[in-house]
Amino acid sequence: MANGNSQIITRLKDMAGPIQSAGQCSLFLFRMLAGIRLRLDLVQSTLQQTYLIGARSLVIIMICGFFVGMVLSLQAINALEQFGASDQVSLLVGKSLFRELGPVLTALLFAGRAGTAITAEIGLMRATSQIDAMELMAIDPVQRIALPRFLAGLISVPLLTAMFNALAILGSVVFAVGVMGLDGSIFWSKLQTGVYFGKDFMGGVWKSLVFGGIVSLVAVFFGYTAKPTGAGVGTATTNTVVLSSVLILIFDFIMTSFFV
Amino acid sequence: MIENNDNNPRGQQQEPIISVKNLVFRYGRRTILDDISFDIPKGSITAFMGPSGAGKTTALRLISGQLRPDAGSIQVNGLEISSMSQKELYQFRRNIGVLLQNGALFTDLTVFENIATPLREHTNLPEALMRRLIMIKLNSVGLGGTEELMPHELSGGMARRVALARAVVLDPAIMLYDEPMTGLDPIAVSTVRHLMRETNDALGMTSLIVTHNVVQMSKLVDYCYIIAGAKIAGQGTPAELAASLDAGVDQFINGKVEGPIPFHYKGAGPAWSLVG
Repeated sequence: MANGNSQIITRLKDMAGPIQSAGQCSLFLFRMLAGIRLRLDLVQSTLQQTYLIGARSLVIIMICGFFVGMVLSLQAINALEQFGASDQVSLLVGKSLFRELGPVLTALLFAGRAGTAITAEIGLMRATSQIDAMELMAIDPVQRIALPRFLAGLISVPLLTAMFNALAILGSVVFAVGVMGLDGSIFWSKLQTGVYFGKDFMGGVWKSLVFGGIVSLVAVFFGYTAKPTGAGVGTATTNTVVLSSVLILIFDFIMTSFFV
Repeated sequence: MIENNDNNPRGQQQEPIISVKNLVFRYGRRTILDDISFDIPKGSITAFMGPSGAGKTTALRLISGQLRPDAGSIQVNGLEISSMSQKELYQFRRNIGVLLQNGALFTDLTVFENIATPLREHTNLPEALMRRLIMIKLNSVGLGGTEELMPHELSGGMARRVALARAVVLDPAIMLYDEPMTGLDPIAVSTVRHLMRETNDALGMTSLIVTHNVVQMSKLVDYCYIIAGAKIAGQGTPAELAASLDAGVDQFINGKVEGPIPFHYKGAGPAWSLVG
């Protein structure tokens, strides 16, 4: 009986783990935002981090965007040809890109490229006592380390999404017009008239802003709370990718259902 | 004055800058420090010595406010550390310097920027004055000319000295050292030891050192506490400890295997036995 009770308690504790982590993460976000003071060094470090995690993710984002655009065109042309509507390819590519694929794929790539780097960097700072040293110097590491990276992620993901979309459209043009021989003017006019700035483009921008916040928050939180060991940093890095990917897809569905 | 001054034993008439009373700290079910009390007089260099895992670093972390005690009082300059808010702790820490075991230099900053970090955060000094101050500190640890190097370009001893320069850049009243000599070669050990004494005396600081290096500490400190079994197992000046007849003190100071301080972790027994 006692053994059964202890098993139930263990199960309940296991179930409470994610809830506890969510609470800690929320408190971490509150601590980060509540302490924001507009200081020159915050602006400088945010810009520096935007370069390190944003600008340095550009190449992978652009390459992936270009090929996603090409493959989208290929699939769209194959499907639309059956109905004699292959000239609608830019409409299909544009809407699916701006509304869904651009923000989601960019955020997933960002989580893999920059989110892991943020977690590993902060986790390593924890493991080498740099965060302890900062606290002992009366410097708040949440403000000094986590906040600039969080803000940089918030700024970077929408900009990277825009680049992803631009390169995907380019890839689509190259394949549809250059390879498949569709009429270029029809391609552009369908895109211009069928894809709406407010509903399609801005809907994607809002999504990318939320995704940027999710990935950055998860990355800084797992880095900051990583166990100060090699295995601890490794686990935290893996958790960043897994959790941010799942959250991106869940929030994508929620936002699409309610707002877009 | 560089070497230790054995004529300066713990004078109870001296004003204590750190006062710890009936301190208890537990980690899970394990009691790390059990009802320990001590006073650290102003201007002294005091060592916490003892076997690994005895709770020396924990004592240091409790004094710096990184950990909260389960019971007891820790007063620094008359202020109770254990009940301070985060904001009050940060205010208090501006007046202490801490040298961590590995130096904990910021790996993405140059030596100069590492030392500049506390100054930039807590002062509004003009850049020229800040530069001058940093160069004075860097020269005082014998590392003038290394200001543009990155931490990975420094040896262990150099990194420890840069960390010392960073820790004292705001001229703190209290300096806490966590194993400052571990992993250093004999020359670096002597250099760091001299620097610790010179810095303490020149800046009128009070220093607290956690270490197991008996030989070096006997040359440096004014007073020692030996922590073992969650208690203060012995205390006195280095000369007093060397002459002590207490079995625990004798075992630790002379590195004897047999004695009241156990080698095995508490609770280890037949369950882990290779033959059992």
